[in-house]
Parts: sequence; structure tokens; C-alpha cells
Amino acid sequence: MLAFDTVEAVQRELGSAGYIASDGLAVSLFLALAKQRALFLEGEAGVGKTEIAKMLTRVLDRDLIRLQCYEGLDINQAAYEWNYARQLVEIQAQRQSAENEKPAADNLFREDFLIERPLLRALRANPRGAPILLIDEIDRADEAFEAYLLELLSDWQISIPELGTIAAATPPIVIITSNRTREIHDALKRRCFYHWVDYPSREVEREILALKAPEAGAVLQAQVVDFVQTLRGQQLFKSPGVAETIDWAQALVELNCVALDPQIVDSTMGVLLKYQDDIGRIQGSEAARILSEVQAALVQGELSRA
Amino acid sequence: MIETVPTRISHPTPKLDQNIMLFVRLLRAIGLKLGSASMLEAIDAAKTVGVADKDFLYHALVSCLIKRREDKALFDQAFYLFWQNPKFHERIRDLILPRIKAAGHQQEDVEPMLRRLTDALADPPDDKPTAAEDVEIDFDTEGTAADIDRLQHKDFEMMSAAEMLHAEQAIANLQPKLPRRSARRSKLSSRGQFIAMRAALQHAERQGGMVIPKFCSVITKPRPLVILCDISGSMEHYSRIMLHFIHALTSNHPQVSSFLFGTRLTNISRQMRHRDVDEAVHSVSHLVDDWAGGTRISASLEAFNQDWSRRVMGQGAITLLITDGLDRNRDDALGIHMKRLHKSTAALLWLNPLLRFDGFAPKSHSVRTIIQHVDHFLPIHSLQAMTDLTAILAKMQTRRDTKLAEWQAAARRASLAADLMPGHAKEPGYAQEREHTA
Repeated sequence: MLAFDTVEAVQRELGSAGYIASDGLAVSLFLALAKQRALFLEGEAGVGKTEIAKMLTRVLDRDLIRLQCYEGLDINQAAYEWNYARQLVEIQAQRQSAENEKPAADNLFREDFLIERPLLRALRANPRGAPILLIDEIDRADEAFEAYLLELLSDWQISIPELGTIAAATPPIVIITSNRTREIHDALKRRCFYHWVDYPSREVEREILALKAPEAGAVLQAQVVDFVQTLRGQQLFKSPGVAETIDWAQALVELNCVALDPQIVDSTMGVLLKYQDDIGRIQGSEAARILSEVQAALVQGELSRA
Repeated sequence: MIETVPTRISHPTPKLDQNIMLFVRLLRAIGLKLGSASMLEAIDAAKTVGVADKDFLYHALVSCLIKRREDKALFDQAFYLFWQNPKFHERIRDLILPRIKAAGHQQEDVEPMLRRLTDALADPPDDKPTAAEDVEIDFDTEGTAADIDRLQHKDFEMMSAAEMLHAEQAIANLQPKLPRRSARRSKLSSRGQFIAMRAALQHAERQGGMVIPKFCSVITKPRPLVILCDISGSMEHYSRIMLHFIHALTSNHPQVSSFLFGTRLTNISRQMRHRDVDEAVHSVSHLVDDWAGGTRISASLEAFNQDWSRRVMGQGAITLLITDGLDRNRDDALGIHMKRLHKSTAALLWLNPLLRFDGFAPKSHSVRTIIQHVDHFLPIHSLQAMTDLTAILAKMQTRRDTKLAEWQAAARRASLAADLMPGHAKEPGYAQEREHTA
């Protein structure tokens, strides 16, 4: 069940779907698909970790099963739950039909009383092929949940004490993302291919913007990318991600802006930066300085090309 | 990896049982937790393997007596010392002790484990009182003996090397507890508030259809702890004992992240997780190269906020900031970084050894800045202060203490005044506080 033949094919296919994958990411993804192992993506918020799973769904034409993690996530919400209402009705039904000496509750934990949650659903046979299982922001779940995933990721099976073990028809394609708000245990990482999703380079980010915000003109795109790239070098508490770059370009288009000027940068700073300390530092003279640098560099580039 | 066998056995004696028993006692004395079952196993294993081959004997004893990888280093040294000569007690003490004793008192950098080993050997079995005394520096028995009480309240800075050793042992016995918060999981409990359907129906199936509701209640778990410890020149006398304190916290709780800072920030969480405190301190001393140097509190906090706060501050972490707050360079960004730190954590406790002086007042610029952004302000100069701290941590009250509120108000007024008079950049308080420490 090899989805792609080469690493280049991964990049090409994702590119045509609208996702520019770096070489490192393409290799990890290729390996994960070829070796049927989970892919563990770590990176700052807004660098496109979740997006990879969505794009892969589109490219491979599979179902996406998404499990959003949060603290206290347990088996009932992640893997399976028993249908208690039906079990209670079953007890009543058995009691009415049974003779007095027979037990009134027999075999309450049957497969048809099982409610499937994302993890179990991902193991079931699917006519469109093995689904893509996105375990999103696993750092928000607690450690106990990580431990639960170990069995699933190494043997593609889930053990249900009352029923037995349910193994996967075909192993799902698993993508796990983390924002690194805490360290994930080595035992889990060992079962995955790991990739750190970094901020894209200037060239890649321009490509992304050309794909995602084509309404913005080439001048605006170049200015936006250069401005954001400079901001990332400013030791901010939270640097803007790719998602912010795209948001900003789209916001500027909404405001009928064709090129950046200090005033519009100041008034839309909230799209890029999400901490008041950072905004306070950049807004005003610092933003104007960065902008003039960016403009000068772009003009310089134009001249050298001409 | 090739195992090195650190021994040679000259005369295998028929008194093998007794020797192994003595050896196990030696291991216990240096801190390995071994029950008599392990000892019987070891005797049995040694008999099965035989004593003809020292390698086999070594590995047989390792497999019976070592349960943690960290204990291996201590075991190797003990094995080497013990099996060199079966009549180890007289011989080892005669041969090794004078050398080590001299070294221990004059040279500070004696191999720490060897020191512990010889300490254990130095206590003859019949000379129990000294050993018992060590154990009894316990916080429940506070005040029972004059010298213990004195040690409790004595400033770490004033302690002799021997007293420091006692203090380190006392810290190892602290078993500090952390404040807890409610987790979003539940456990079965007869007095719980929520119905546990799965358990109830499992019960019903066994009981033939009789559905009796089962209950569960929310569990609590300890909050993560982050420790930022100053190791600059002004904190020099405290840094070693603080490492012991950090180790005691780390070995009692899974989620403790610790950092040292002087001129730069170093993450020592992994080193501190080493079970053996001497090994942990030893590896940290190799890792950190800015001991007893200058202080750059502001830059260190900035580095922490930038690189670590989002990785270790999740899930309602408590932060301990251990510093005297004295920074020679006036850095106006300090306030910004302190504010960011304060906002990222559930509670920020400032532990300051200078607070032991009655005349303490937030006078220097850096102290004045830090104090505005903390929830608790506590001394950390003696065993008693540490005990008090663990008590406060255990039942962490969120309300701020009144003395702190006064200081904060004063600091705010003072910085306001300083802002109104921009030319007045001198630091009148710094010299006065230094006098106290001298």
C-alpha cells in the first residue's frame, strides 16, 4: 500500500493540492507512509502542522478522522464507549423474557453496544482505504493518554477488557501534532518518525502566499513576507507563523491595500502579533524602521535583477 | 558495552554467607535500598555461581543487588573496596580512611561517592549513636536537642563543612509536597459526585441485572514545579545546598524543571533526575561554567521566557525564583521579563536568603522591580526556612502576605519617584544590602 513512489512525488502531489512541503517534511512523510509508522510533527503554533493531514486527505482521497486532544481526554471520548442506555434497556428486556431462575443480565458487553470513537473508528475497514488519523495537539492531553496510545501505535490494536482485542484491518495513516507546551515521552516518540516543522524560508513563504492569497499583488506579497521574516529575527515572545502571514495578506487585501505603509502596518499589527508586550515593542517607530529596511532591500533586489 | 570488573579476590573464604551479609550491610549504609530477600538471593546466587571466578561472582551479585542503573557506580566502588580483602573492616579502615579523611578536610574536590563510602565505613557497627543522630535531624523532632535546634536555624552561610553535610542529609529527608490541582479525570469512590456507568453495568452483569449506581470523584494531581536558581557570586555559599534542595524536590515529584543562572541560563532538569544526589550535583558542576560569577538576572529571565516558559509552564505550574535579586547592572527590561514570567505561572515564589535580616527593605533597583511581580516572598537561608517553605508549598494559599503587600507598595512608590526624577539613577540601597551579607 505504497501511496507515493518517491519523495519528489510527495512534494509534487502536495504542491498541486496547495501545500508547499519542505524537503525534510517530505522525506519524513514519505518514510511514514512507506514504513506504516506514525508521523510526529512538532512546531510552533501556526506553521501548518494540522494542514498537512488535511492536504494528505485530499491528495490520497481518504477519510480524515480527527481527535482533538484536551486535558482529561479519556478512553470514553478517544477510543470507545459503551452504550449505557441500550445496556439498561437490554437488562429490562432480558428480565421480562427470562424465567425467574435464569440470570437477568447476560452478555451486556457485546460489540453492538460499543460506540466507536475516533481511535477505534480509525482501525475499522474503510471502503476508501485506510483513513488518516489526526491526533491533534497531543501536548494538551495528559501523560496517561500518551501511554494509552502506545499499544495503538506499535501494534495497531486496541484492547477492550470486556470484549478482547480489536486489530486494524489496515493500519491507518497516523499524524500526531504537538505545540510543545510540555515534553512528550520518549516511548511515544520512539514509535513515530519525528519532524520539527520550522518557519518556512523566504522563498517558500512567498510561494505559499502566492498560492493562498493570490488576490494580493506581487508587490504586497513580497513586502508582507519580508516584513514577517524580519519580525521572526526580533526575539519576540511569539513570532508570527505562516498562518498569521496568510491572515495578514488577506486582511490587507480586504482593506484595499496594494503596498505596505507605516500607518496600515500599525493598525493591523494585531493580526500578526498576539501578545501585548510584542505589539508594544514593534508598533510605531520599530515597525516603520523594519518597513523602510524591507522596502529598501526590495528596491535593491529589483535594481540588481534589472 | 564492556563491563569492567573492578576487583580481584585473593582468598575465597568458606565464610561466604557472612561476607555477603556484611557486603549487603555496607551497601545499605551507603544508601542502596536492599531487603533481606535480596541478600538471601545474593547468597544463593554466589553459591550457585561459585567464587572461583571473580567475574562471575561480580555479575551474580550485580544481578541480585542492583535494581536501578544509577546504583551501579556506587556498587562498583563498594565491591572494589570490599572484596579486595575479606577482612575488610580493619584493613579498609586502616588503609583508606586516613588518606580520605585528610583529603576530605583539606581538599573540597574529593570524589563525592568515595567520601560517602568511607563515611559509611567509618561508622563501626557498635558505634550506633552517631548514625542515629544523623537520622534524627528530622523536622518532627525539632528542638529535642540543642544542637539540632541550632542547626535548624543556623544560616547555611555560617555552617562548617561538617554541619553542611548534616544539613544536606536533613534536606534529603525533607520529602516536600507540592500544591495540587484537580485533574480532569475521575476515580471510583463511594462518596463521589458523578455516576460511573461502566462500573455500574459491569457490576450489574455479574449480579444478574441488579443495577446499583457506582460513583466516582475527580482526582487531584501535583502541579508542575519550575525552579530558577541564581548561582552568581553573591549566592555562592548557598548554591550547593540549593542543588540538594532542588534534588530533593525533583526526586519526590515527576514534573520538576530546574534551571541555574548566573550570566547565562542552564537547564539542569535531566541531571537532577539522577537518583543519587552526589552524582547529580557532580554532573551539574561539569555542565555549568558560570559558578560564582556575575549576575545577569534580566537576560537570564528573558532567555527563560523565550526558550522554556512555554515548554515547562503548562498545566498550572508553580515557579520558585531563588535569588538575592542583586544585579549590578541596572536593566530596565527586568520589569518586562518579570511581568511576563509572573503572567505565565500560577504562582511565583521569590526565595531570597537576604530576607533573614530584620532590616530588609527593597532598596536596590533590581529588588524593587522583582518584588512587584511575585506572589510570595520567603527566606531560604536555613533548614527551618526550607521546612517552612515546604509547609507553605503543601497548602499553597493564594492570598499574598501583608508584609509583602507593604514592600510592594513601597517599591511601586519608589519606582514612580525614580521615574519622575530621571537623572536620579544612583542606587542607594545596593551598598546597604551588601553590608548585611558581609
